Formats: sequence, structure tokens, C-alpha cells
Amino acid sequence: MIDKHESIIIKMISRILAPFVQLYALYVIMHGHTSPGGGFQGGVILGASFILLAIAFGIDEVKERFAERILTTFTSMGVFIYGFIGFVCFILGANFLDYGILPVVEPRGMGMLGIEIGVGITVMAVMVSIFYDLSTYE
Amino acid sequence: MLEFLVGKFNYYIYIFLMMIGFYAMIGKRNLVKKLIGMNIFQWSIILYFVSIGAKKGGSIPIVEGLSGHGAHIVSHASQYVNPLPHVLMLTAIVVGVGTTGVALALLLRIYNKYKTLEEDEILRKMK
Amino acid sequence: MNIYQLPFPIIVVFFPLFFAFLIPVLGWWKKSLCYPLAMIAVSISFFSSLIVANRVLRYGPLHYYLGGWEPPWGIEFSIDHLNAFIAVLVTSLSFLVVIYAKRSVEKELPGKEIPFYCLFLLLFTGLLGIVSTGDMFNLYVFLEIASLSCYALIAVGKDRALVASFRYVVMGTIGACFYLLGVGYLYIVTGSLNMGDLAVLLPPLYGNAVVQTAFVFILIGLGIKIALFPLHTWQPDAYTYAPSVVSVMISTAMAKTSIYALIRIIFSVFTLNFITGFLPIFDIICWLSAIAMIFGSIYAIMQSKLKKMLAYSSIANVGYIILGIGLSVSTTMGLTPALMHILNHALMKGCMFMVAGAFIYKAGLWDINNFVGLGRKMPYTCLAFILAALAMIGMPPSVGFISKWYLILAALDSGKYLLVAVIFFSTLLMIVYFWKVIEIMYIRVEERQEGEESEIRVDEEPMSMLVPGIILAFLCFAIGIVWISGIFSPILDTINSSFGLGVVP
Repeated sequence: MIDKHESIIIKMISRILAPFVQLYALYVIMHGHTSPGGGFQGGVILGASFILLAIAFGIDEVKERFAERILTTFTSMGVFIYGFIGFVCFILGANFLDYGILPVVEPRGMGMLGIEIGVGITVMAVMVSIFYDLSTYE
Repeated sequence: MLEFLVGKFNYYIYIFLMMIGFYAMIGKRNLVKKLIGMNIFQWSIILYFVSIGAKKGGSIPIVEGLSGHGAHIVSHASQYVNPLPHVLMLTAIVVGVGTTGVALALLLRIYNKYKTLEEDEILRKMK
Repeated sequence: MNIYQLPFPIIVVFFPLFFAFLIPVLGWWKKSLCYPLAMIAVSISFFSSLIVANRVLRYGPLHYYLGGWEPPWGIEFSIDHLNAFIAVLVTSLSFLVVIYAKRSVEKELPGKEIPFYCLFLLLFTGLLGIVSTGDMFNLYVFLEIASLSCYALIAVGKDRALVASFRYVVMGTIGACFYLLGVGYLYIVTGSLNMGDLAVLLPPLYGNAVVQTAFVFILIGLGIKIALFPLHTWQPDAYTYAPSVVSVMISTAMAKTSIYALIRIIFSVFTLNFITGFLPIFDIICWLSAIAMIFGSIYAIMQSKLKKMLAYSSIANVGYIILGIGLSVSTTMGLTPALMHILNHALMKGCMFMVAGAFIYKAGLWDINNFVGLGRKMPYTCLAFILAALAMIGMPPSVGFISKWYLILAALDSGKYLLVAVIFFSTLLMIVYFWKVIEIMYIRVEERQEGEESEIRVDEEPMSMLVPGIILAFLCFAIGIVWISGIFSPILDTINSSFGLGVVP
């Protein structure tokens, strides 16, 4: 079991840092197709912010706020966003995952962005869920 | 001869890392060390792939300041570093992370069951 | 709208993926929903694969470009006759396995049904992806999806399953890494990852050492996944200690798709000229498979657990298929014996593992010596086992006889008479170990105390587990008659001619 850390410096700093880490993760996801980054990298950083909080505050507190069932739902939600965009492309007449046909401004960029968001959510949920499973020792 | 030895140094590095990983998988008795050996094996291949794409004097493969397709930039593609191996290796890294996660979960269950992680003790307890 | 305009290759591969992620969400809400969802997903894939096969037989090979990008820039799904054949085989076997799985999972893995069906559908997705794809790196991705689900599914079995699964993890990852290295070498030399494109770009480069090294790496990597002779050490424990449903699935579907990947890369990417002209590797493959046949059968005789015996018998039969591949260049029949044995072995081994699972479900019996009197207690199950055993040994007109007949003809055709002797010898060994089981089941009489009831009730297994076993056992003989009548011959001839086989130099 990972318990609460005794030092107050670690608790304060991780509480301040966590939102900035998440913001940076969102930045990395959004800028995936014009700079290094993308769904997987951003998702790992997003998951790392939760793991940081879990190491500082103990795993029970984080589990209260982010239960395992919700994590499983997040995993599936990411895959469904991916599949939804893919199938919308194919319903509108083109091949699967052919973004050029979406009826938005700048279709290829927006399609890729949607896919990366889906991948990011799934990867975040999987990282936190792996951490939960590996740190409960009975 | 010198070009063969020095010019292809990425091959020597990746083969060296791969053999370290392979030795750890075979020669060590602790299961966690075998897992680390498998990890080093995988990462050496990923490093090798990334090193393939590098070019002398190549710049970052990002097309600047265009919305739309920018097909007229493609003709200068030879001055950019090849981005395809990088993209392929993203997928391979994800696969490696997934495999490590599954293997660690298995090791946790093995430890809960047999109370040890040394291979010879586990084989003795299984009999 | 013509039904063939719907993108069935996508439906075959991606629908199970989405259902696999739907099961945890709906299963937490209502647990009894996960089995119908799995059933729906497998049925949709089964019917879609039949429609795809029909389209390929009518109009020729099918190419589907993901994302609208044409190859060699994009990933394509290219389905021709070989793909359609293996896809129909995998989906129909999975359909029967899902029918079988309901009661078996309820008894063996209580309370773990949601993760089980989710992983099962992920394994199914990975296998169908391997079968459908036309891109080398995409094959690696789907191979790893299938393998990861397999590692997790094997690990929920009993006793030694955890250590067996760990050993499989380590060896399977080495195999996939070698495959990736081979793909990387091919990419450096040609700059393309598409299978059709490589077949065009590689011929001028056949003398290059990089291409030959790439071929050897890919062969070893896929050989670890297939459990080819020296690289098979993970297989017996993994097949034995996995849950019964998983044993059926991996011994039939997973092994066959890995063999399909090997055939596809040897014959479609590195075409025939490479093998006959530059790298005489098929002789080595023939001898390795001969050793596998004998070794597998000898070890099977020594086993006392039924599932371990069947696992070693699988090693011997994979040796038969690889022998068929090895002989294909020097005989007029081409790949016909190998493809026949892929279908036949899947039917026979599937039936036998289902029967072994039924014995465990009903009576908890692992050891062969405890099977005394089962012939009267579970008559229909033992009948299925006897039919499958007779098919395996090679009684006409069963499927086993047809594949051994064609293998012997191929060996005689290519002039390797020693291999004919090896095939006969391994058949004799098979008779030894199957007869041992049949004798204990039917002929040996239980020792009873004085004054006990001498009546044995018929205590059969539930219908949903019995029917798939009987169907497979019946198909063992029915498909044999189908092979003799030659309905499948046009498909096999098209496959052979598209690879350039069937012409003896």
C-alpha cells in the first residue's frame, strides 16, 4: 500500500504542480501534428499527474476521487471517440478514417485532433489503472 | 574498412544492447531481472529504428506556416529527417509498455502465490 | 445499393474491437449482458467474413485503403483467396468456441466473466487483423494485440498457469522483436512497408545480405510464435494449464494465423525466386519439421495428463503443416497439403480440446488413468473423442487421412523417401497414445467393492458444451468427403497459381 508521505513540502508542491502538469499534457495532445507530441505522449503525462498525487497523498485518497469503475469507463470512452470519428467518415461516403470528408473547417486537422483526444483519454486511464493494480499488495 | 567500423556505429551499439538484454534473460535467475532483460532487448531495437531515420544536415520534419495541403513543399523532402521510423516506433513503445504492464502484473501474482521470485525456488515449489 | 459496397473487411476486424470495449461498460451495469454481447460480435464477424469470401470468389482480390490513402503511403487491407479461407476458418471456429464458452467459463472462472469476454474479443480482433492486413508493420501491431490478450487469458488458469504465462510472455516478446527487426531491415533497403509493394521492389535486391538476414529474422520470429521445433518450449505448459476455452481457441485459431503470416511473407513478399535461387532454407525446414513430428509424438506418449498429451500432439501436427510448406516448392501440388492440414488439424484438435474441457467441467479429471468407465458415463462426449482420434490417426475417409495422403504424395513427388518413413512412423506413435486413452475410457473396468451398486448412470455434460464438440467431430468426416469430391479445388488452385507454385522445375 502506498501511504501518505510525511513531508509537508512534497504534499504542498505536488498539490500546486498537478494542474500545471495536466495543462502541459493537454498542450502536448493538441499540438500532436505540428510538433513532437500526440495522443500517447500527452496521455502518459496526464496519467503521470494522477500518479504524482497518489504517491504524495496515498493511494486511498486518489481512489476515492477517481474510482476504478470510472477508469474503465474512460478507457472505453476513448476507444469510442476514435471509432465514432472513423465511422462518421465512412457513413459520409469515404473510406474508414478518411478525414477529408468531415463537414468542419480544416477537416484533416480536426479529424486528427479528435483521434488524438480519444487516444489520450484511453492512455491516461490505462496508465492510472496499471498503477492502481500494481500498488495494491495483499 | 574504417567506414565500416565507424560509419555504422549505430549497429554496434544496438547489437551490444541487445546482447546485454539477451544475456540477462538467459543468465539471471531472478524473474524481475529476466523482465528487465526483455525490456532492454525491446528498447535496443527501438533505438536502432530511430537511428535509421537520421540524416546528415537534415532539419525537423515540420512544414512551416501553411494551412491546406502544401504539396509544393514536398519536392524538398530530402532535406527533412525521415519521420516514418519515429512514428512506427511510437507504436512499438506502446506495445512495449503494455507487455511490461502485463508481465509485472503476472510477477505480482507469482509472488503472492509462491512467496519468492527466484526461478529455481519456484521450480522446486511447483513439483 | 449493392451489398458488396459495404466495407466488410472493416466490419470483420473493428466491430469485435468496439464490442470488446463495450463489454466492461455494460457489464458493470448488468452482468448478464456480457455473454450476449460477445455472441453478437462473433456472429457479426462470422457472417461478414462469409460475405467477404463470397465477394473474393466472385470478383477477385479485394483491396481496402484505410483513410483513403493509397499504398504505399497508407495501410491497406488486401483480401485474396488465402485470406478469405483462413478468415472463414478462424471466425467459424470462434463462433463454436463462444457457444461452448458459456458454461465452461461460469464453472472455471466464477466472477471473472467480464474481463474474460473482453480479452476474448480482443484476441479475436487481433487474429482477424493478422489475417486481413496487407502491411508488414500493421501485422506486427495486430500480432502483439493477439499475443497480449493471450498472455492474460492463459494466466487465469490453474496451478502452474502463472509461470507458464510468464515464460510465454518472455519468449513471445523475443519473437515479436525479431519480426520487427526483420521488417526494419526490409524498410531500410526498400523504403516501403506494404506487402504488394515489397514484392515489386525486392527482386533486384535478392543478393543483398540485408534482405537475406531480414528473411531469417522474420522466420525465427514467427517460428517462436508458431512453436516450431527448437523454439517450442513455452507451448506445452501454456496449452495445458490455460482454461479449457482458451486452450481450444489458441490451439486452433492462434497457431493457424501465425502459420498463415509465415506463408504470406514467404510466398507473397519474398517470392518463389528468392527461396529457390538464393537461400536454400526449405531443406532445413523439412528436416526440422520431421524432427518435430517424431519428438512431439514420443513426448506425447510419455504424458499422463490429457491436455499435455494433446499439446505435444499439436507440436507434431504443426510439424506436418511446416513439412507441407517445406515440400511445396518441389512438388506439383504446391501448398495444398499444408492448407489442407491447417483446416483439418483445427477441426480435430478443437474437438479434442473441447472434450478435455468437458471432462474437467463435469468431473474435474485431468489425469488419463482416472478416466476409467467414462465411456459409459458420458457416451456422446467419448463418441466425439473417438471420432476425432480416428480422424487424427488417419482412417479413411476422415480429414486426417486426406492430409496424410497428400503429404505422402508430396514427399514421394519430391523424392524424399525418408520423409515418407517419418510420416508413417509418427502415425504409428499417434495410434499408441490415442489407443491408450480409448482403452482406459471404454475397456478397462472399474474395481468395485463387494456389494456396491453395479449400475452406472449416464451423466452427460450440458447441451451447449456438447453440441460444438459433436459438430466438430462430425465435420472431421464430412469435410473429408468434401475434400475428396473436390469442391475446394478451385480455391486451392487459385492460391497455388497466384504464388507461382504447382510447377515442378
